[in-house]
Amino acid sequence: MADVPVSRETGVLRAGWGYASVTDKIAGLVLTRPVRWPWLAAFAATFAGTLVYLGAMTYLFIKGVGLWGIRIPVAWGYAIADFVWWIGIGHAGTFISAILLLLRQRWRTSINRFAEAMTLFAAGMAGLFPILHLGRPWFAYWLAPYPDRMNLWPQWRSPLVWDVFAISTYLIVSALFWYQGLLPDLATLRDRATGRGKRIAYGLLALGWRGEARHWARHETAYLLLAGLATPLVVSVHSVVAMDFAIGNTPGYHSTIFPPYFVAGALFSGFAMVLTLAIPLRKAFQLEDFITELHLDHAAKVLLATGWLVAYGYLVENFMAFFSGDRYEIAMTVDRWTGFYAPVTWGLMLCNVALPQVLWWRAARRSPWLLFALSIVVNVGMWMERFLIVVQSTSHDFMPSAWGRFVPTRWDWIFLFGSISMFAWLFLLFIRLLPAISISEMRELVKEESE
Amino acid sequence: MSDPRWALMAEYETAEALVAAAQAAHDAGFRAIEAYAPYHVEGLAEAVGFGRSRLPAVVLAGGFVGGLGGYFLQWYAAVRSYPIEVGARPLHSWPMFVPVTFEMTVLFAAFAAFFGALVANGLPSLAHPIFDAPDFDLATRNRFFLCLRTDDPRFDEARAGAVLDSTRPLRRAEVAR
Repeated sequence: MADVPVSRETGVLRAGWGYASVTDKIAGLVLTRPVRWPWLAAFAATFAGTLVYLGAMTYLFIKGVGLWGIRIPVAWGYAIADFVWWIGIGHAGTFISAILLLLRQRWRTSINRFAEAMTLFAAGMAGLFPILHLGRPWFAYWLAPYPDRMNLWPQWRSPLVWDVFAISTYLIVSALFWYQGLLPDLATLRDRATGRGKRIAYGLLALGWRGEARHWARHETAYLLLAGLATPLVVSVHSVVAMDFAIGNTPGYHSTIFPPYFVAGALFSGFAMVLTLAIPLRKAFQLEDFITELHLDHAAKVLLATGWLVAYGYLVENFMAFFSGDRYEIAMTVDRWTGFYAPVTWGLMLCNVALPQVLWWRAARRSPWLLFALSIVVNVGMWMERFLIVVQSTSHDFMPSAWGRFVPTRWDWIFLFGSISMFAWLFLLFIRLLPAISISEMRELVKEESE
Repeated sequence: MSDPRWALMAEYETAEALVAAAQAAHDAGFRAIEAYAPYHVEGLAEAVGFGRSRLPAVVLAGGFVGGLGGYFLQWYAAVRSYPIEVGARPLHSWPMFVPVTFEMTVLFAAFAAFFGALVANGLPSLAHPIFDAPDFDLATRNRFFLCLRTDDPRFDEARAGAVLDSTRPLRRAEVAR
């Protein structure tokens, strides 16, 4: 009879962990770890930010979108830049949990759960912005196809309608995938919880999961099928978002490279956000044995690779503007590098292309705080890219008489930072209420790493 | 069927022991076998006699329903219910219907996968005799359990006990109904 498995030192998991110890460690973070002041302080700050955000939404609904700096010709402004930025961030979670699962990458095991949570919260933040940006948000339901008394239907030939379907499908499928993976862990929490309230709450959420062999077999089938379904979805969502722009004829929007360029940018910003969240998480919860330097190293390599894809996108975008000979495209491109918004262009080149090159050095890829700082830089850089595409293109389209500048108001900043607060607040709740790492998959990893 | 017990249960420390025990029970002719593990153990479902899952077919059907439904929705709205002619462009502009059709395919296939697995597993079911079994709270931590149900027509107490004992479990117990 084989002995009880204990992990060996392998890089993706440190030595000495068994079924019981990984279970108790991760479940203990939720069930027994006392609330400490750093978490409380972060919770209070982000909760305050969330309340400000909700208040600002209310005020927006009363006063209208004129609160923001959007004036024709720049009608999209921060709200749409924030939307594209958030939905891009969401992509890494599904990439890690679905595509890396199908590719049998063992290093995904300890980061997929919180990356999926990040996806859900980021996609949620993204989904709010188009609704906030509607002039009459109370008519948002007109986007849904249903037989109504006005005899109207959504315009199926519009990418904006595709977007509604793409984002809502993405949110729902990500949530199903997440919950499917969470079921066995909720059962673990139910069985480990000591308080009656917790047992009832986790018991209800676990739906009576008991780990029977046939249940596991169907669970695994469903999980793999959901991963297979989520894989093309990852690519489709940001492609559809890109078509919101590419199908318009504005110089700077109208480009066939947009879908792949947006998807690469999405993975780039998403992996940056994974690092932004993983590095403090592993430090605060002492998870260095599960989220090792190898994980950081791999994520940093993905960051470097997708960073180059994005850089290639910049290169082709600029080259094609001149190669096309289209005077409006050329004028818009020259304005991008030398005009009013030139500091944003140069800033994003610094953040997205120049600084990430430190990742060629192994020491940089394995230094948590340097990576953390770099991940923030990339997040900022990617936000500037979204801003530039949305705002600068419309500010400098065909006729000089139609040009105009967008300058953000204080409300633009409140909505940007409000959404960041709410995202962080949801994530802080998540790490205290649900296991941040998949416990059942870690047990399987212990088994694999012990052989 | 009036046995007050639901099953005889044995507890193991490793996945290999559970798979071997399940195989032994199956070879001994038992069919109402249940095996519980804290993670997906390769080969365990086959050892307890679980054949092919029909879930992939359900998911395929879900995808078809979503895709055809999504396409029909757009065709009906754009061609039948509310046709808008713009410069003699065709009403049935199928390339523009592809993205929504794709999204609906994925959405309904995902619903089929998630809810199909739940229904096939008989979940949610919050009450089950096994939850009252001794040590069973460890089934979601580090222990492996095998149950021989008493409603098996071939169930025979002495033989079931002997098979379970021969697999050298950590402990044996009876599970009440």
